Amino acid sequence: MPEYQDVVIAGFGGQGVMLIGNLLAQAGMEQGLHVTFLPVYGAEMRGGTANCTVVLDVLPIGSPLVREPLSSIVLNEPSLTKFQPRLRKGGVQIVNASLIAQDLVETSIRTVYIPANDMAHKIGNAKLVNMVALGAWLGATGTLPLQAVQDALHSVVSSHYAKLIPVNAAALAAGYDFAITRE
Amino acid sequence: MSRKQMPKRILVKGNEALAYGAVDAGLQCYFAYPITPQNEVPEMLSALLPEHGGAFVQAESEVGAVNMLLGAGACGVLAMTSSSSCGISLMQEGISYMAGSHIPGVIVNMSRGGPGLGDIGPSQGDYFQAVKGGGHGDHRNLVLAPSTAQECYDFMFMAFALAFAYRNPVMILGDAIVGQIKEPIRRTAPEGASTPEHLRSLVQDLRIEGYGARGENAPPRLLKSVYLAEGALAQRNRLLQQKYAAMRKDARYAGEELDDAELVVVAFGSIGRITSSAIRGLRKEGRKIGLFRPITLYPFPGEALRIHARGRRILVIEQNIGQMVEDVRLAVGGCDVAWHGIMPGLFIGANELVEPILQALKG
Repeated sequence: MPEYQDVVIAGFGGQGVMLIGNLLAQAGMEQGLHVTFLPVYGAEMRGGTANCTVVLDVLPIGSPLVREPLSSIVLNEPSLTKFQPRLRKGGVQIVNASLIAQDLVETSIRTVYIPANDMAHKIGNAKLVNMVALGAWLGATGTLPLQAVQDALHSVVSSHYAKLIPVNAAALAAGYDFAITRE
Repeated sequence: MSRKQMPKRILVKGNEALAYGAVDAGLQCYFAYPITPQNEVPEMLSALLPEHGGAFVQAESEVGAVNMLLGAGACGVLAMTSSSSCGISLMQEGISYMAGSHIPGVIVNMSRGGPGLGDIGPSQGDYFQAVKGGGHGDHRNLVLAPSTAQECYDFMFMAFALAFAYRNPVMILGDAIVGQIKEPIRRTAPEGASTPEHLRSLVQDLRIEGYGARGENAPPRLLKSVYLAEGALAQRNRLLQQKYAAMRKDARYAGEELDDAELVVVAFGSIGRITSSAIRGLRKEGRKIGLFRPITLYPFPGEALRIHARGRRILVIEQNIGQMVEDVRLAVGGCDVAWHGIMPGLFIGANELVEPILQALKG
């Protein structure tokens, strides 16, 4: 994995951007890395966009905030508009093809254009969009092993929803496979 | 015990780390009224504190909360409250009364953007209010500024130790970034931390033991801030000033790469850690820049800064319109101090600090 990685995860409130941000930070911590997770929310919480930033580093982390991220996961169109121009040169973005028109995607940017909603639906639960997208990000960036993130599900999913862990792990795997085979 | 042998890391928000730290430091009573961005503190403590035998009270208002804090402190109990900016403003009367009466207590301010209702974004606009006293009269709070979740945890121990050593209000000043950031902490008391039993023993004479317990003719134990007799208030103020002078030995800071620095950047809390990232990047390009991050904002670590500042350029970065820079200028005297302010409410990353730092390096 790279020594340093950061990612902005953005989407509608309710698409689960905070959950996958948490999951990624938890997995990074369990892998022995320094991690930070910073949610940004405000009056736009309902219906608008929510986003969070995760930083993973082998060294102690200074800034938990990244204005120009190395990577992004964008689950809806307003998030693409906001974060695509900020992506650092040479960065990679995971773009939800189910909700974002392809002609909005800047062709010069390395992009995994993944139909996350459709794939989630096929796996059996429309709410798995976030996991599909995170899986694709893992495949595209190689930041952490897929298995590490699947294992971390046990730490972030409450016992009440533990029965949903296998399907979440499957969604992560589906996104991961999509990214490594399409690129 | 070294941190290596400690329990495994847990991923928590700064606010949650504060709650864990408070309980592990021996917190007995917590009184507060909810406000963003510190709501995880009462949320956590509502469950955690009763489990540890303490009392959680959701007060009817911030004014109620701070007066409950005063009452608990007057009984020698480890107590705290938490709020954010506008709520802390409401508490100032009680904080002044606590200071005037020599009563210990911990107040957490996870500040918001201001003035007024402001927003819930990051801001360091409460610096003056925190370090200059905040309430009426000549009083000071000890002020600690954590920048990481681990420091949120560790500084709770320091806060109670200082509050009880000096019988004074101690404020922990953070912001939306410090409170909301989630990162790993180890939940073990920092080295040298006092036990709650020891802290309580420091204020034994505050305890009310009931009529006659100390003999029928024992003088009353009066905790008050009103001194009307001729010369009494002057004497009270002299005592307070002696106390504040004694606190200077507890000034603390964290330094990074200061030894060969041509430019010393002074920044605290969330901005301190963001500045640290910017400096690390510039160091890789061979730029000789160091970070001086005050941990105690009051007492301000001015003497240490004066030593590090000798012969170097100084830049203050803070998320307000220019507050800590005044203390820095007082500390370093003749040195030329540059300042870069970030407007409250903005979220900035390390990249945005590179230009102002390079500018100050050139002079």
